[in-house]
Amino acid sequence: MNAPQRFTTVHQDLTFSRRTLVVGGAQAAVGALLIGRLGWLAIAENEKYNLLAEDNRVQLIIVPPRRGWIVDRYGKPIAINRSDFRVDVIPDQMEDPEREIGLLSQLLQLDPDDLFRIQRELKEARGFKPVQIAENVPYERYASVVVRLPELPGVQPARGFTRFYPAGPAVGHLIGYVGAASAKEYEEEKNPLLITPGFKIGKEGLEETLEKNLRGDPGGQRVEVTARGKLVRELTPKPDKSGKTVQLSIDAGLQEYAARRLGEESGSCVILDCLTGDILTMASMPAYDPNSFSDGIGRTEWKALSEDPRKPLLNKTLNALYPPGSTIKPMVALALQQHGVDPKETVFCGGGYRLGNRFFRCLGRHGTVNMHRAIAKSCNTYFYSMGNRIGYDRIAPMARLLGLGQKFDLPVVSQSYGTVPDSAWKRRKFEDNPKLYARPDWTSSDTLNASIGQGYLIVNPLQLAVMASRIASGRNDQPMLVGVHKNPAPMLNLPAAHLDAVRSGMWEVVNGDGTAGASRINIPGIEMAGKTGTAQVRRIAGGQRGQGGDWRYRDHGLFVFFAPFDKPRYAGAVVIEHGMGGARAAAPVAKDVLTYLFDRERAMKRLGELEAEWGGSLLERTARRAQAIEAAARAAAAAPAAVAQANAP
Amino acid sequence: MISSAIIPQPLAKLPWRLIFLVGGIGLFGLVNLYSAAGGSIEPWALRQGMAFLVFLCLAVTISYVREGTIKALIVPVYIAIVLMLIAVDMLGFVGKGAQRWLDLGIIRLQPSEFMKPAIALVLARFYELLPAGEIRKFRAIWPAAMLIGIPAVLVILQPDLGTGLMVTFAGISVMFLAGVQLRWFLVPGGLLAAAIPIVYQFLHDYQKKRIDTFLDPESDPLGSGYHITQSKIAIGSGGLFGKGYLQGSQSHLQYLPEGHTDFAFATLTEEWGMLGGTIVILAWMAVLRWSLGVAVKAPTRFAQLSCAGLNAVLFSYFAINLLMVMGLAPVVGIPLPMISYGGSAVMTVMICLGLLMSFERQQRSRSTFS
Repeated sequence: MNAPQRFTTVHQDLTFSRRTLVVGGAQAAVGALLIGRLGWLAIAENEKYNLLAEDNRVQLIIVPPRRGWIVDRYGKPIAINRSDFRVDVIPDQMEDPEREIGLLSQLLQLDPDDLFRIQRELKEARGFKPVQIAENVPYERYASVVVRLPELPGVQPARGFTRFYPAGPAVGHLIGYVGAASAKEYEEEKNPLLITPGFKIGKEGLEETLEKNLRGDPGGQRVEVTARGKLVRELTPKPDKSGKTVQLSIDAGLQEYAARRLGEESGSCVILDCLTGDILTMASMPAYDPNSFSDGIGRTEWKALSEDPRKPLLNKTLNALYPPGSTIKPMVALALQQHGVDPKETVFCGGGYRLGNRFFRCLGRHGTVNMHRAIAKSCNTYFYSMGNRIGYDRIAPMARLLGLGQKFDLPVVSQSYGTVPDSAWKRRKFEDNPKLYARPDWTSSDTLNASIGQGYLIVNPLQLAVMASRIASGRNDQPMLVGVHKNPAPMLNLPAAHLDAVRSGMWEVVNGDGTAGASRINIPGIEMAGKTGTAQVRRIAGGQRGQGGDWRYRDHGLFVFFAPFDKPRYAGAVVIEHGMGGARAAAPVAKDVLTYLFDRERAMKRLGELEAEWGGSLLERTARRAQAIEAAARAAAAAPAAVAQANAP
Repeated sequence: MISSAIIPQPLAKLPWRLIFLVGGIGLFGLVNLYSAAGGSIEPWALRQGMAFLVFLCLAVTISYVREGTIKALIVPVYIAIVLMLIAVDMLGFVGKGAQRWLDLGIIRLQPSEFMKPAIALVLARFYELLPAGEIRKFRAIWPAAMLIGIPAVLVILQPDLGTGLMVTFAGISVMFLAGVQLRWFLVPGGLLAAAIPIVYQFLHDYQKKRIDTFLDPESDPLGSGYHITQSKIAIGSGGLFGKGYLQGSQSHLQYLPEGHTDFAFATLTEEWGMLGGTIVILAWMAVLRWSLGVAVKAPTRFAQLSCAGLNAVLFSYFAINLLMVMGLAPVVGIPLPMISYGGSAVMTVMICLGLLMSFERQQRSRSTFS
């Protein structure tokens, strides 16, 4: 720009007019920008901001849905909801929180832990959202709050629900329990329902795995609130939808009977419908009481449970692994026949089998035995010799076909599926960790051990029950927990003659002069067939055979069975840890549990006699144990106080 | 058309179009304050209405002051205000906190308010006295820079960044219109842009935070970003025609902070929609246009520059507040006068309008009604 040399008033006026025009233009541009921005916010983004304004204005007070029931195959309840009394507060409506909480803690006898939690939640809560004071309140204390309501503004006594398991510990491991969601669970799901007072989610077992079906949809009271959380008015509520009822394949009566019959033993009992694969019973004892878990469990109780050598926190039907012992001999017999061994062929048992310079012992001297007799008498020599003839790589596929080492498609939290070893497996293991195994190749002594259910072979009780079921029916049963199934499972491709040979051996075990002759079912027309097993817990050393001494080192007793023999319908497995023998510990349990299915009265009478010996029914014994634990907890809590008192001058 | 025969001459000579315009904005503001108080004239609408009337009378009174009197008074008044600002800063230093008020016992004065029109007038006076040929010399720059810089620094030290910026903006506008060479604006502007990161270091924490959250409001959705977010929600959810009078959920449920003061425009737009907001913007634009028109038609250089400077003061209120409310500027505490609750902003605006009316009166002898 060529500016003039001298600047006069004329120039000044000119500059002023020009620059005023610029200023005016700029101001008009800003005005246009503002109107444009207004239009953008109010029209183009109106929907977004409307939503945000509604989000601000309307808040939802969640009404938790009622949890679905769990019922058995006949509709009998296994897990239901019992109404109880609860007390909540609406922080916003309280006039003097400190005084009111103090009064409530006196009326409801709250302990310091509760008070600490309440104080924390009150501090964090938005004013209109209820904060839980106490749940499962006894009626007298609840009533004492209700009568003093006029001096407790903002306190809301209400009916709530707690989960109730009528059979208590008998269904503990199977069903699991419920509890308030942890901070971690809330982080994962980010669902505000999880932090609603009184809402519980499944924590174990079927309660956890069937959570989706059981939970239902929460309802809500929609309210208009101010920025400070003050409730302005209530809007139309949204009703809640209860969770669905889930029917299990379980027979609740049988489940409870089996659990009670296991008594003070540490063990498990699984029974299947061998036609369809429905699991009728899956009992593991001792067990925790899911009712007390659902209320929240004390530290002392937890400690007592986790330190118990009988492992009440372990589901022994799925997560305990045992060497199956002789119970797999019927399975081995099927494999032998599949590979050309004639059931009539005999082996002479002179008390053992020599392999090179090692002598593998049998439990007796059975003389000349064929397959039938070998199963009946549980002759190791026969299976050593025959197993060694065909080799374990030909037996392992049969073990897998009958369910051993398999993971089943079940709604359970976890399954330990064990090992069915063979030469490829051993090589792989050796390569992974050469220190653990002496040599990479499969030896004849490995075969001998595995043929009588020892060595590397380990299984869980459910697998044993499936094996018994598949032998009994010849069908490819898949164990199922949810729903009642009518259609029989498809047949396995096993020749009827082979199965018959094995089944007749199992008949002989119980009904002939076999190992479990003492456990015959005393009902005319009903015969049980089975196979005992005894599994060593540790190496036989110093002549001690695991038949006595320290409980921890005694042999496990196992028994697989099916009934009725002529028309198999039920099959299963019983494992008694450290029971010293299948015939001695496991078979009598199987006998009584099956008796329950055919003659309930007789079975209950027998159970009554046994429980009298043990000192009361399962529920009585559980209650007594809980009391003892509570007393111990009180003593533990009192001890430091007493010390403090003693130290005081 | 009202005949000039019925209306007495002094009344008829008032710029009625402007008074109706301003009265309309003020009335809309009162209606909005009634809603912001949850449908009550207490505590804001009534007091605001009284302040509005009092200061409107003040404006009309000022409009009778002659240009010569203004010219004679402006320098002593300017010096007095600077002294008051120093006094306020001293008190603030002693009181160890933000101090914007000078408590004179009977009334509490906020001297920085008076500085807004005063800076425009004192610079106009300076450039009037400056010979035309000197405008390109450094002599035209440094005294003006001092006149702006001293009060601006004193105000920012209070600390009141918003008012400090307004004073600076009004002063620079006068310099620009007086004909100071463009490079005096472009070079310091560029330097300032480069210096912003350094200046940022010396700001108070709350001032820094406001700038941070302006650049990224979501960074602090519950802190200072909350203001802008909630304001945008209020405006955006109003839509074209608004939620209806007394129906604004953002303001009535207190989600919108300062819904009666700095963010009153958001309250208004939520209930009256884009339509109501646009009416307010257009009304304000008309006031600005009128004031710039007075400047253009002014016969003397002092009047020209004074009017343009007063226009700049009014414009800075309007632009800073609305840009902030709509999320285009950081949160600085500048109200929208006559819409926001607050007597001092009304007072400042009325002083500006009164001065403008006085300059306008001397341009004409005819009544606006004839």
